[in-house]
Amino acid sequence: MRTKAVRRTGWNALGIALFVVLVFPVFWMVSTAFKTEDQINSLTPTWFPTHPTLSHFSDALHRPFFWTDVKNSLIVVLISVAIAMSVAFFAAVALSKYRFTGRKLFLVLMIGIQMLPAAGLIIPLYVVLARYHEVNTLTGVILVYIASVLPFSVWTLRGFIIGIPNDLEEAAMVDGSTRLGAFMRILLPLVAPGLVATSVFAFITSWNEYIFARTLLNDQSRQTITVWLSYFLGTQRQTDWGSLMAASTLTAIPVVIFFLLVQRKIAFGLTRGAVKG
Amino acid sequence: MPYLLVAPVVVVLGAILGYPIYNLVRLSLQRYGLFELIQHHGVYIGLHNFGSVLHDSVFWHTLVRTIVFTIANVGLTIVVGTLLALLLVQVSAWVRILLTAGLVLVWAMPPVVAVQVWNWMTNIQNGVLNYLLTELHVGDYFQHNWYVTPFSQLAMSTTLIVWGALPFVVITVYAALSQVSPELVEAAEIDGAASWRVFKDVTMPVITPVLLILTSLSILWDFGVFTQPYLLIGQGHIVPSNYLMGIYLFEEGYVRADFGRGAAISILMLVIVAAMSIVYVRRMIRLGELA
Repeated sequence: MRTKAVRRTGWNALGIALFVVLVFPVFWMVSTAFKTEDQINSLTPTWFPTHPTLSHFSDALHRPFFWTDVKNSLIVVLISVAIAMSVAFFAAVALSKYRFTGRKLFLVLMIGIQMLPAAGLIIPLYVVLARYHEVNTLTGVILVYIASVLPFSVWTLRGFIIGIPNDLEEAAMVDGSTRLGAFMRILLPLVAPGLVATSVFAFITSWNEYIFARTLLNDQSRQTITVWLSYFLGTQRQTDWGSLMAASTLTAIPVVIFFLLVQRKIAFGLTRGAVKG
Repeated sequence: MPYLLVAPVVVVLGAILGYPIYNLVRLSLQRYGLFELIQHHGVYIGLHNFGSVLHDSVFWHTLVRTIVFTIANVGLTIVVGTLLALLLVQVSAWVRILLTAGLVLVWAMPPVVAVQVWNWMTNIQNGVLNYLLTELHVGDYFQHNWYVTPFSQLAMSTTLIVWGALPFVVITVYAALSQVSPELVEAAEIDGAASWRVFKDVTMPVITPVLLILTSLSILWDFGVFTQPYLLIGQGHIVPSNYLMGIYLFEEGYVRADFGRGAAISILMLVIVAAMSIVYVRRMIRLGELA
């Protein structure tokens, strides 16, 4: 038994060491954002910001187009998630509550679409959107984001709906409601947490997206926040690492908070969808 | 009734993806540059785009580089991810919670943000990575430039990609590991089976389906990867000798505005990635894990 305890201590030490290595980049980003200019430029690193300053954050916030591009990101992401969710929800209901021909095919298609490499679709999307003069408009990006979060959302939502016992809705049907009516009145409140989790995850996916926003939006005033951040380095001769890390922290914070809130639910929804036919 | 509910998804995906996919095929058979983009009209040139891509030595070099890159990235992600998941089973509960929290934090980092952090950690003047490696006596890394050769540029991209991909793999494999019956493992150990035998004969069969899904997804993601290498190497330093397929496509099709050729490259990429992952997808279907 003693060797077992020793071995466990060893594994624990290894686990902690790996934790430090994994999390270090995130720590370094936040820590740098609060450091003074001297501490950042010094050859010997300062591990913790001993004299924390907010100047880098205010500098990042006052850069041209920061707020415009945050607003753009919010518009694009909120509209595309709202549309994708309402559409995906009905499909998920159909997939988990009805048996119909083509159901399996549809599910396989939902995975298949996710497997299309995004890079392959840039060119035709650009050309199609250019034809309808939707290049450099947020509408174009919204359409692309709807398509990119839809399959995943259908799949996850289905996982949540499957988890609800059929008896509940049968009881409501005995009371004289139609199947869909029963579903909406009784089951919708039960699916709500899953719906929220899936929307948040779709929100994160679109908020983080880079390549489509980069190719479809050319104007600085019409870009999303990830594209704004990617141009940060190129805008000056001497790199202002403090402000860059402050800007990076600002971009990541909403994502990290949202993600921490829903990750458990998402893992549940995904696996449910995969296990139960 | 179910068809009515499914219809909106089909319509939306058909409109947003279906038409561009049809267009992709059509474009690949046309001469379609900036002039044609303004005219909204391409000129049919048959398989000329494919011929020109296949006769381009940059294409073949990039393809080989990308395949090696994909194998390295997917291999590292899956192997390190599985080892970490196995470690999670061994450690005490509080270390497991700590590690899981760390993984989730890393998972949540937007790729573009992670690229900027990497840039800062490896910068030539006072990158903290250089400092640490020098202090730990790994070698003299004072003002070491991590981005001189295509190999080191892509190796840095690999560290970034694997770091970002690990959490999803670890958490998924760990979830699968929890389905391994502890009684079975114990019985095997009592029978005197070596721990690698226990892993191979008891644990592996349970996590194989999950590993197959993760491997094929990773192949798809890493083969077409764009954001990390493009931003980490930096727009100004992207040259044919460090192209990956995603970047080659972007430069040839989009930057040079040769959309017909870009479409041909996209189709070739689709075919190649399908060929690379078919083995895994087939095994997945055979295991009945799909749908």
